[in-house]
Amino acid sequence: MSDQTTAYTAVHGEKISLLRVLGPGHVWALGVGIVLVGEFMGWNFAVGKGGAQAALIACWVAGLLYTCVAMIDSEVTSTVAAAGGQYAQAKHIVGPLMAFNVGLFLVMAYTMLEAGNAITAGFLIQTVAGMAGFEAVHDKPFIVLTIVALAWLNYRGVFASLTFNLVITAIAFLSIIVLFLALQPWAPTLHRLDTLATGLPYGWLGVIASLHFGLWYYLGIEGTCQAAEEVRSPARSLPLGTMTGMITLLIAATLTWWICVGLMPWEYLGQAITPLFDAARLTGSVALMVLLFIGTIFSTLASANGCINDASRAWFSMGRDRYLPVWFGAVHPTYRTPFRAIVFLVPVALVFALGAPLDQVITFSILSGLLGYTFMSFNIVMFRKRWPVGRIKRGYVHPLHPLPAIVLLVLCAATYFAVFLGYGTQLLAMMSFYIIASAWFHFHRYRYVRRGDQFTMPWPRPQGY
Amino acid sequence: MNAFTLLEYAAWIISAGLGLWMLIDMVKVNSRFSEDVLLSSREGDIEDHLVIDPEHQRHR
Repeated sequence: MSDQTTAYTAVHGEKISLLRVLGPGHVWALGVGIVLVGEFMGWNFAVGKGGAQAALIACWVAGLLYTCVAMIDSEVTSTVAAAGGQYAQAKHIVGPLMAFNVGLFLVMAYTMLEAGNAITAGFLIQTVAGMAGFEAVHDKPFIVLTIVALAWLNYRGVFASLTFNLVITAIAFLSIIVLFLALQPWAPTLHRLDTLATGLPYGWLGVIASLHFGLWYYLGIEGTCQAAEEVRSPARSLPLGTMTGMITLLIAATLTWWICVGLMPWEYLGQAITPLFDAARLTGSVALMVLLFIGTIFSTLASANGCINDASRAWFSMGRDRYLPVWFGAVHPTYRTPFRAIVFLVPVALVFALGAPLDQVITFSILSGLLGYTFMSFNIVMFRKRWPVGRIKRGYVHPLHPLPAIVLLVLCAATYFAVFLGYGTQLLAMMSFYIIASAWFHFHRYRYVRRGDQFTMPWPRPQGY
Repeated sequence: MNAFTLLEYAAWIISAGLGLWMLIDMVKVNSRFSEDVLLSSREGDIEDHLVIDPEHQRHR
C-alpha cells in the first residue's frame, strides 16, 4: 500500500487533538445557546403547576440553584481542562463509577434535549404552515433535517458550529429585549400584570411543584465545561463565559415571565407551547410576530446545536478512556472533531425525537441534569477537602464555600420531590436505568479501562493520601 | 403540490445528502488513517507543537 490511499500511521509523538480555537464568546454561546430555548417554551408549564407567582418564585429559586452550579463548575473546570466536563471532574475527584454515571447523565440530558428541540422546530414549522393555510404539513422531515444538518455542522468543526450558535443566540436574546421594550413597561397599555398575576392557586405545594419546570429557565448552562479542551484559555474563558451566560439567563428569564404573565391568563399560559410567540401575536404587530418566530426557531436550533456538541464530547471522552468502546475516542484528522461520537448519536436522537412525546423527553432530560447537579454538590466538597485552595492553581475560586454546595443539595432535593409529584414513574424508571448501567460498568466494562492512564491532571497527591 | 410539500421533499433530500456525506467521509477517514493516529488524542493535552494535521502535512 503505497499510493495516496495508504493508511497514515503516526510517527513517534505525533497526535491529533481537538482544536483550541474558542474564546469566551463561544463559551457564552454554547451555554446560553443550549438554555435560551427554555424561555421560548417549557418554562411556562411551571405556571400551570402553581400559578404565575409560583413560576416567578421557581424562576428565582432555580436561578439560585444554577448560580451555585455555575460557581462550583467554574472553579472545578478551571483546573480540569478536559473535554467531557463534569465527567472528567468526577473521574479525577470521586472515582470511575461516579464518572461513568456522570458521563451517562450528560449524554442522556443533552441528547434528550436535542430531541426535544427538534420536535419543537418541527412543530413551529407546522404551526406557520397552518397559519399560512397549509393544514396537512408533516413535522417529521423538519425534525430529521434539524438533527442531521446540525450534526453535519458539528462534524465539520467546532469553530464554525459555535460561531453559528453565537450569532443565532444573540438574535434570539435580542428578540426578547425588543418584545419587552415594545410592550412599553414604563406606560403599560396592553400589559396587565396587576390583574393577571394572580396569587398562589395551589398554595405552597404548587410552588414546590413548579420547581420541576422552573429548571427549564436554565437547564444546560453547565454544558460550557464540555468546551474545556477546545478553548484557548480554559482558566479564563470558562468562568467568564459561564458567569456572563448565567447573568444573561437571569435577565432573559425575568423579562420572559414579566412579558407573558402580563398578557395571558395563567390558565392559558400554563399549557401554551410557544408562550413568547403567543405574546407577540397578542400585540397584533406582524413585525414582532416575525421577530419572535425567528427568535423561537433560532433558540431551538442553537440549543440542539449546543446539545450535539456537548453530548458528543462526553461520549468521546468516555470512549477515549475505554469506559465505552475505544472506537468512539477518535478525532477527525481534518476537522478535529469527535466525528464517530457525533455520527453515532444521530440515530439515538432521531429515535427519541420521532418516537417519544415531548413532555417525556423533557422530563428525562431534566432528571438526568438534576442527577448531575446533585453530584456537583458533593464533588466540590471532596475537591476542596482533597486539594484545598492554594494546593493547586485555580483559574477561579468560588466564594462562601460550602454554602453554595449546601444550597445546591437542598434545592436538588426539593426538585426531586417536585418531579416525583408529577412524573414519579419516570423518576423510578430513570433511576433503574442508571442502576442497571452502573452494574454493567462495574461487573463488565471496567476491566477494559486502563486504570493508570485515565488520571491525566498534573495534580499533587490528594491531602490525606 | 404546494410550497410546503416541496419544502418537505427538500428537507428529506437535504437530510439524506448530509447524512450520506458524513457516512462516506467517515468511511474514507477510517480507511486512510490508522487507528493509532485517529485515537492519539489525550485528555488535557496542551502541547501544541505535538499536534499534527496529517491532511495538511500530506499536501505540503
